[in-house]
Amino acid sequence: MSLTRWMPRAEITKAAAACTALTVEAADWRDLAQDIAAGGGRLLALWGTRRADAGDSLHAVAIVPSRALFVTLPLPAGVTHFAGIDDVFPAAGRMQRAIFDLTGLRATAADTRPWLRHAAWPADAFPLDAGSMPPPPEQPVDHYAFVRVEGDGVHEIPVGPVHAGIIEPGHFRFSVVGEKVLRLEERLGYVHKGIERRFTELPILEGHRLAARVSGDSGVAFSWAYCEALERMTGTRLPRRAAWLRALALELERVANHLGDLGALGNDAGFAFGLSQFMRLKERLLRATEQALGQRYLLDFVVPGGTRSDLSPAGATAIAQCIEQLAVEVPVLRGIYDEHTGLRDRFAEAGTVAPELAAWLGLVGPAGRASAQPLDLRLDAPVMPYPELGVHRCVCEKGDVLARVNLRFDELAESLRLIRQILRDLPVDEHAVAMAPPPAGASAVGLIEGWRGPVVVGLAAGPDGSIRRCHPQDPSWHNWPALEHAIIGNIVPDFPLINKSFNLSYSGHDL
Amino acid sequence: MLKTLHQVLRTGIVTEPPPLPADELRVREALSERIRTVLGRALCIREVDAGSCNGCELEIHALGNPVYNVESLGIRFVASPRHADMLLVTGPVSRHMEVALRRTYDATPDPKLVVAVGDCGACGGIFGSGYASLGAVSNVIPVDVVVPGCPPSPTRILAGILAALSAATARP
Repeated sequence: MSLTRWMPRAEITKAAAACTALTVEAADWRDLAQDIAAGGGRLLALWGTRRADAGDSLHAVAIVPSRALFVTLPLPAGVTHFAGIDDVFPAAGRMQRAIFDLTGLRATAADTRPWLRHAAWPADAFPLDAGSMPPPPEQPVDHYAFVRVEGDGVHEIPVGPVHAGIIEPGHFRFSVVGEKVLRLEERLGYVHKGIERRFTELPILEGHRLAARVSGDSGVAFSWAYCEALERMTGTRLPRRAAWLRALALELERVANHLGDLGALGNDAGFAFGLSQFMRLKERLLRATEQALGQRYLLDFVVPGGTRSDLSPAGATAIAQCIEQLAVEVPVLRGIYDEHTGLRDRFAEAGTVAPELAAWLGLVGPAGRASAQPLDLRLDAPVMPYPELGVHRCVCEKGDVLARVNLRFDELAESLRLIRQILRDLPVDEHAVAMAPPPAGASAVGLIEGWRGPVVVGLAAGPDGSIRRCHPQDPSWHNWPALEHAIIGNIVPDFPLINKSFNLSYSGHDL
Repeated sequence: MLKTLHQVLRTGIVTEPPPLPADELRVREALSERIRTVLGRALCIREVDAGSCNGCELEIHALGNPVYNVESLGIRFVASPRHADMLLVTGPVSRHMEVALRRTYDATPDPKLVVAVGDCGACGGIFGSGYASLGAVSNVIPVDVVVPGCPPSPTRILAGILAALSAATARP
């Protein structure tokens, strides 16, 4: 069966740019998933909605060649089960477990262990269903059923949740023989803050502030995806300058994060010089960003209807000078990284995710593109102004740490080019327009290629300018499971390096 | 190797020098003096992310870059709370991190200073309190100083560390 058979039933809506909305019945849910996978498509997001008045539903966002799909599965009254699709898209497994923890809607799947719920709330209470939540259980720590590896000489190394560095919390359970890792099992959810429930307490015109803080390093991507969904619902026409300024902010965010990662990757391979040099350049960029756009990290720059502030000629000059400095200095550092035999020895063939495995696991973002998975929403489901900018797609093949380093260098150079182009051709009109809240019942999705990969925000409006449901999906959901595969057969001391080469978000995942 | 050395020489020292009349640099001067007075040695900090969005972590990381260069002031980030004089805690404290944060605090020896970083560590920030969030760090462990901001700049965080050291001398 092919994807085309679904299209007569689909409606091209304003749900998102280049996005097709599709409502299916329970019997078709798995068939559609299989057709998407067979057609080379990817699952990007999966969430559930409980609603006493209008019935429960499941929602998925997938990307198929040349378009995005926003799929809704309404559940009949009284039905709280749905067919699991984790055998089609492995990343759906943890999403389905999280859907149960938060909504009580249960997928038919083998693994029914809790995922986001540890001990903060009882197993029979669901934060996105209950009106008020019961107090947390007496027992403050739960016992999670890790998979045990048994055999001669196998032992376990538990790490976390508090790590030996300035890192977010999470637990890693290594099963090792000597130095060699046989298995890694992740346990996340430590920084679950109840963001999705918190959204429903905010006015819809202020939700972008919370969206920006789903994962602080991706503030522009999340707040833009949120505003994109909101503006689709209201049919707001964004001024061209506003869209270009958002792209400027998004590329600055990409450059800042790639600079930080390249430094940290050098450091994790014992090359402190790299950390000092790249952190110096990152600080330079953050200061130019603050001078031009008002914040070192642009958590409050993207607002409904445009951007919070305009770019002054002095601000443009500050960014332009910084970009020219980076364009000179980064290639010098790349040359040093390339020729450093010690670095290459650590980077090459460490933490490999082969392209076939990456395709099966649905690896996305820079980690995906370093394993020959070309998806980049700036090209494959672009919002304005990306069609006008003409992004060059960066892809590497080998899928090891070295490929992820090289890919960051390539993308950094491309983002510098884009920033230069934006500064040169920035349209002259408004940086924002006024926004009114969308009508109750409206819903849409926003898709933005953040520095870590595709960021999805599903948004549904409630009455009187409220939020009925907001689901942000961080790309880390797709890549955390791949890290468990990347480490197999490597040695324990290489884990920090391999982990950093993915640099996944805990906060964005744990919500 | 030659390229590396060349780049090192070409970059020079970018650490901002203390004797300039900028606010942030007065903080630097005062800070190293405080560290010597209060501790008589280096200040060891254990950073704990107790539920942050990771924005504050980015700015805490920046403290180690060559521009702020806190190691030159005698400040080190350490891997274990047992080696730490101070906890730098970001929030809001998620319920799932409550036990880990308490255990980290219990494992820290005196003077056991605590600096809560960011609006969320100060008051729960935009996440507030709820079924999964306990809000401010001070709802879980005693806090000496809070550094508001979303995220606070590295200079503000340095000023907060200094304020905690000043408070420490006033302690009985």
